[in-house]
Amino acid sequence: MEAIFKKLSALSATTILLILSAIFVVLFIYAKPAVQKYGIHFLVDPRWDVSVSLNKNSANKTPNNVNKNISDNALNPAPIGENDADVLAALGETNTQSSNNTETIYGGLVPIVGTIFSTILAMFFAVPIAMGISIFLAEIAGPKLSKPVGIAIELLAAIPSIIYGMWGLFYFGPFVSHIFGGSSVSLLVAGLVLGIMIIPFMSSLTRDSMNTTPEVLKESAYAMGATKFEVIKDVIFPYAKQGIIGSMILALGRALGETMAVAFVIGGVFTFPKKIIDPTVSIPVVLANNFAESSGMSLSALFYLALILFVLSFIVISFAKFYFLRDKK
Amino acid sequence: MKKFIAGLTLAAVTSFAWTINGTGSTFGYPIYKVWAQKFYDKTGNMVNYTGTGSGTGITEVIRRHVNFGGSDKPLTPRILKLAKLYQFPTVVGGIAFGYNIPGVHHLKLSEAAIQGIVLGTIQYWDNPIIVKYNSNEHLPHKKIIFVHRSDKSGTTFNFSYYLSKMSSIWRKHYGARKFINWPTDAQGRSIAGKGNFGVSAAIKTNNYSIGYVDYADAVKNHLEMAYIQGKDKKFYAPTPANFSEGAKFGGFDPKKDFYKIIAYPKHGYPIILSTFILIPKEKLNSNKEVAAFFNYAYNYGDKAAANLGYVPLPSSVKAQIIKYWQEKGISPAN
Repeated sequence: MEAIFKKLSALSATTILLILSAIFVVLFIYAKPAVQKYGIHFLVDPRWDVSVSLNKNSANKTPNNVNKNISDNALNPAPIGENDADVLAALGETNTQSSNNTETIYGGLVPIVGTIFSTILAMFFAVPIAMGISIFLAEIAGPKLSKPVGIAIELLAAIPSIIYGMWGLFYFGPFVSHIFGGSSVSLLVAGLVLGIMIIPFMSSLTRDSMNTTPEVLKESAYAMGATKFEVIKDVIFPYAKQGIIGSMILALGRALGETMAVAFVIGGVFTFPKKIIDPTVSIPVVLANNFAESSGMSLSALFYLALILFVLSFIVISFAKFYFLRDKK
Repeated sequence: MKKFIAGLTLAAVTSFAWTINGTGSTFGYPIYKVWAQKFYDKTGNMVNYTGTGSGTGITEVIRRHVNFGGSDKPLTPRILKLAKLYQFPTVVGGIAFGYNIPGVHHLKLSEAAIQGIVLGTIQYWDNPIIVKYNSNEHLPHKKIIFVHRSDKSGTTFNFSYYLSKMSSIWRKHYGARKFINWPTDAQGRSIAGKGNFGVSAAIKTNNYSIGYVDYADAVKNHLEMAYIQGKDKKFYAPTPANFSEGAKFGGFDPKKDFYKIIAYPKHGYPIILSTFILIPKEKLNSNKEVAAFFNYAYNYGDKAAANLGYVPLPSSVKAQIIKYWQEKGISPAN
């Protein structure tokens, strides 16, 4: 019995590893054509779905030069409405691009930058508020208040992300643009909506780990004459540190990969945000917007982006884990 | 033998009531749904259609996963031959320029103005090229915010096809595609919305914005819509009557499997599109069922289409399609 139980739990644990590596392998296989074609340069190329003529390829290594691209295309105007490369690719026909002597360039820099910025913005906004909420609930408010507020926060966590997106698009976005200027969909709105979405995760987990602080520790600190602020700062926070950082990492992971809500409010424009109130785009949004209509190389480029997101979240989360939690255990 | 028996049972089932599945164009989805409901009420036969996008419609029918695919972008006869598909149009629609300028309600856009707005050479609303036909309106010195689709879409393809026909500069530099790197993006003057719904919302919530939206969505969202200069230099309001005026000059040709993008006709509202159905050549039985469904829609579905902001096909085109079915041996059994 004991042995079977051991085997079963080991099996469930390995399932996770198996699924993780299976996802990675599948992403890599589908992304392979794009990886081979664009290589590491994909990471620093800001052009997405831009056609350039082949014979001028070497001159196009300098990115972000719109006029250059325009003049390149001007040399080889494709016959309008005949651009069926995607369909042909679905039929298994290759080598369609040579017919009009242009090739399409995909680069991931804009969505990569957009993903990182919107996540940083969300964390910047959410961490102080979430900490405030959990301190209030765990230590300051009485049980009569903290129970209902705690439940309300957990309910907030259960709201599907598309609802945040719609709320952001129709109400919150215009409201933010009214205050800060800019348009109703922008990096700022996306960061704030993301922040609001991850606050409940962070605060309820943080509150739970704060609640695990033994009463004896707190009581003795009070007995020594410590004030409430000192108890929170010097007793509860150090004790609950691991749980708090864990909650932040979970929230960070959610912010990095959030799709539907951000797709509505980030603006979906392939440009770098010069100001925080400019629209831009993030990796999950590009995937959601283009997946249904893509095939061939454009589909492969999307898988390349997905692979980057996968690796990016992996790196960020493992870095956070090892860096912040290294001195424990 | 087994196949024969299976065929017999299938025939027995189909003579009673059958089900066909389709997927694709989101532009056609609302009307196909209404038609399918009416068709079911009348005949008891089920037509399932999901709006997944034209690209998916094309690939799914090429892979033979569905009985028919919907696409806003017609396939050329060459590709139809390669993929062994038949093709015919179903309804016509229009793309409107929705805008949001406080105090302006009768914006007229000439071809020069449209070209300047999409190419980014006209940056402010009080540009003389726009003011020329709008002397009665008070156009402010505000930056034009151009709203476009953030997702790949048939609407973008048809809109940029119109631009390519109308403007040789646009054709040279950008062409007709489902995804465009809009020149206004680089100037930081554009925002994008997901789906027609996202574009409508962005126009509504941002002052001094303008964007292209499927007509039915623009009506649903109460957007102000611009009068557009046609090929004959006259201005046309975006109304179903003006769309059908344009559709008359569509010039569908059954010999080319109706391959025709109807934007920029000689007269009438210029930004119009038609949506198409693709069916696999070898599946005679299910093709007859698909034909039966659309035959019903052509005969009894015009009013429902008009209610949703679509324009029914001219009766001459409908007759051509019915003849096309007969030639291919898939005319619906009545």
